[in-house]
Amino acid sequence: MNKWLKRLFVFCVLAFLYAPILVLIVYSFNASRLRGSWDGFTLGWYQALFRDREVLRALYHTVLVAVLATVISTVVGTLASFGIHSLGRRGKSVILNLNYLPVLNPDIVTAVSLMLLFGFMGLNFGFGTLLMGHISFTVPYVVLSVLPKLGQMDPNLYEAALDLGAEPGTALRKVVLPEISPGIVTGALLAFTLSIDDFVISFFTTGHGVANLSTMIFSMARRGINPVINALSTLIFIVMIALLLVINRKTKEEV
Amino acid sequence: MYPKRTAYPYYLYLAIFIIVPLLLVLYFAFTTSGGQLSLTNFDRFLTSQYLGILWSSIRIALLSTVLCLLIGYPIAWIIANSPLRAKSTLLLLMVIPMWMNFLLRTYAWMTILSRNGLLNQLLGFLGLGQTDIMFTETAVLLGMVYNFLPFMVLPIYSVLEKMDKSVLEAARDLGADSKTVFRKVIFPLSLPGVISGIMMVFIPAISTFEISLLLGGNKVNLIGNVIEQQFKVTGDWHFGSAMSTILMAMMILAMLVTGRVEGSREGGGLF
Amino acid sequence: MDHSIELMDVYKRFGDTEVLQRMNLAIKDKEFLTLLGPSGCGKTTTLRLIAGFETPTDGKILLHGEDVSRVPAHKRSVNTVFQKYALFTHMNVFENIAFGLRIKKRPENEIKERVHEMLRLVNLKGFENRRTDSLSGGQQQRIAIARALVNEPDVLLLDEPLGALDLKLRQGMQRELKRIQESVGITFVYVTHEQEEALTMSDTVVVMNEGRIQQIGTPIDIYNEPENAFVADFIGESNIIDGVMPDDFRVVFSGREFICVDKGFAKNEAVDVVVRPEDIEISAPEHGMLKGRVSSVVFKGVHYEMMVDTGDFTYMIHSIVERKEGDTVGLSIIPEYIHIMRKTHVS
Repeated sequence: MNKWLKRLFVFCVLAFLYAPILVLIVYSFNASRLRGSWDGFTLGWYQALFRDREVLRALYHTVLVAVLATVISTVVGTLASFGIHSLGRRGKSVILNLNYLPVLNPDIVTAVSLMLLFGFMGLNFGFGTLLMGHISFTVPYVVLSVLPKLGQMDPNLYEAALDLGAEPGTALRKVVLPEISPGIVTGALLAFTLSIDDFVISFFTTGHGVANLSTMIFSMARRGINPVINALSTLIFIVMIALLLVINRKTKEEV
Repeated sequence: MYPKRTAYPYYLYLAIFIIVPLLLVLYFAFTTSGGQLSLTNFDRFLTSQYLGILWSSIRIALLSTVLCLLIGYPIAWIIANSPLRAKSTLLLLMVIPMWMNFLLRTYAWMTILSRNGLLNQLLGFLGLGQTDIMFTETAVLLGMVYNFLPFMVLPIYSVLEKMDKSVLEAARDLGADSKTVFRKVIFPLSLPGVISGIMMVFIPAISTFEISLLLGGNKVNLIGNVIEQQFKVTGDWHFGSAMSTILMAMMILAMLVTGRVEGSREGGGLF
Repeated sequence: MDHSIELMDVYKRFGDTEVLQRMNLAIKDKEFLTLLGPSGCGKTTTLRLIAGFETPTDGKILLHGEDVSRVPAHKRSVNTVFQKYALFTHMNVFENIAFGLRIKKRPENEIKERVHEMLRLVNLKGFENRRTDSLSGGQQQRIAIARALVNEPDVLLLDEPLGALDLKLRQGMQRELKRIQESVGITFVYVTHEQEEALTMSDTVVVMNEGRIQQIGTPIDIYNEPENAFVADFIGESNIIDGVMPDDFRVVFSGREFICVDKGFAKNEAVDVVVRPEDIEISAPEHGMLKGRVSSVVFKGVHYEMMVDTGDFTYMIHSIVERKEGDTVGLSIIPEYIHIMRKTHVS
């Protein structure tokens, strides 16, 4: 196939993917509120962003929920992997199918089911339910990251630790955990990323004015274009690129 | 071999946060507000109004899946066949948008597609007249393809990348030309990735409500929107649960059709 | 005689599969005992039962007279060397060996001293800070041995530890293991499917098949006096022919009567006759007790392996006498080399 055709195609697709982001970035500096005109370069929207209590609170909730959910789900999911790994074939299959449900189910169905649960339990919707919702959908991803690593590990390692006199808990801690740590890290990162970015589940499980970034953006966007969102997008984009560069450099160092 | 009780907290979590909620959905779906077992919720769904919505949702989801496949497969192919440095750069470029909050990405299209937005400005600049795409199905379709394209590219790329090159060499050795090699060897072998990609696009596409709300306004109503309205606005949890059940049923059907049921997978890992 | 390990009526089942049938075994203190048998015979399961990784479905396991059947692995005073070494990859050599001592919370200087001593014992002095993945297979195996022995167990269990090594290295390590066992002076229980290995290193060999002990004895006994057809066939090569004993010291097979050295069978009892390939002499056809046609000849370096068809049985012969395919030869067997065995039902 024609090399230039290929290059054109890739370029078009990349342009398609990045144009909207670039538009946001450009418009975040536009003094005019209207997208139609350019009124000059300004940092005003960024200033508004940092002064906006609502935004800062949403950011706080987002990060707090993500950190808590990640820690809890990583612990629960990792511990779960030991037990699941030791199940017989039929038990394992049943448990794993159940584990897969939040992963495979459409977001909205999971969200709605959780809303029913919290309603049924008579809970007040707020930070607590939001956190529980996030833990709900992150645990399966931790299991999905840790369990295979456990399966790949030489089972003799755990037995060797026992053989040398370690209690099961000590053996798990000192020998197995270090061996599967890449899987645990992957699971935790996955959980964190999914939590930071979540919208649908948060939308249905939060309440009482507790918003995370996604739900806040949604309500703002519904009301129409708001240049503060442009500024927010640009900042998030820059943070992401920075993170990626750091990770890229770290992995290059290791190699 | 490991102490089984380490999984007890997890089993508790499974029961409370996965099993019970789903049972609740089924319970609400099959009962009336009076608490009696009944199929009225499903009956109500079978009226023309809601069937039309279901059909729209399926139509748009299928269309966006096909578009993602038509664009995504070639891209995955090109990346998989690129030299090493280009490969990792291209992959990175494909993945970065995924990391951006997808609401923001959808919102970005609002900026572009609205009446005074960038697209119309551009068209006006070129003297091509104006379009009114915002709040139409086209806008929603565009938003879906934009959001979900990377999810189609990655699984296909993954399979193409891992493909045993010696199989291709064997085919060529036996006399097949490039087109035949693709048709008879590469594409069939890449099918698992294609199916993964299709599932990762179709299921979110058919159940979305944010994209249709932001880019379609009140004009484009999909199943996801109706469900959202039942739970957040009208408070008719029974009807909402019934439609959620239908969504779930469709998902299970799709999975059976593509043979993706868990029992056939070893190790329990992702992809 | 002190028995370090005893298995009393040990029976083990996994789900529907019976892996060990009513095993009784007494292992003496300080001896090198090998469990020998084909894959699936139950030898590894037996080892794991002694180690404590499995519990017997029925029966008892005694360590120095104490019933440890229900005692978990980490509380037993035995240590194991695994087939794939199972070294802890996130620790260096020193930490691997010190692991058991650290669990027991031994003082730091004692740990240092004993680890060094172990490294000297396995001829790897100076390897303390090496990473486990920088070691060769043979080195890793020796670290695994050091890691086990440093804890001064009463018994060392070895599960096919040399399986992953090439031949020359294997043979070297076999000598090493024997030397270490004699130096440390504890019981070694060794599992392998390689009969040559078992015969080389062991004081006692336990031949197993399908969950049952087939024979227990010294290497020489096992080789020279196999008690049944399985052992005869598994150890070395054997020709096993159907025969009949009309009377003591006489046996009929392959169409003629031979003098043998066995007695005590019933008149005209049907028996298995076992003759080793290296025990059959080749001569000119008219001078042999049996006559046959050479159907194949393979040069094996040490000897020629020939298949000779006598009509009712094809004998395997190991001989330095060279013959060609198609030749007619005579075969002779002296009485001492004819072994008679009761017919066992082959299960």
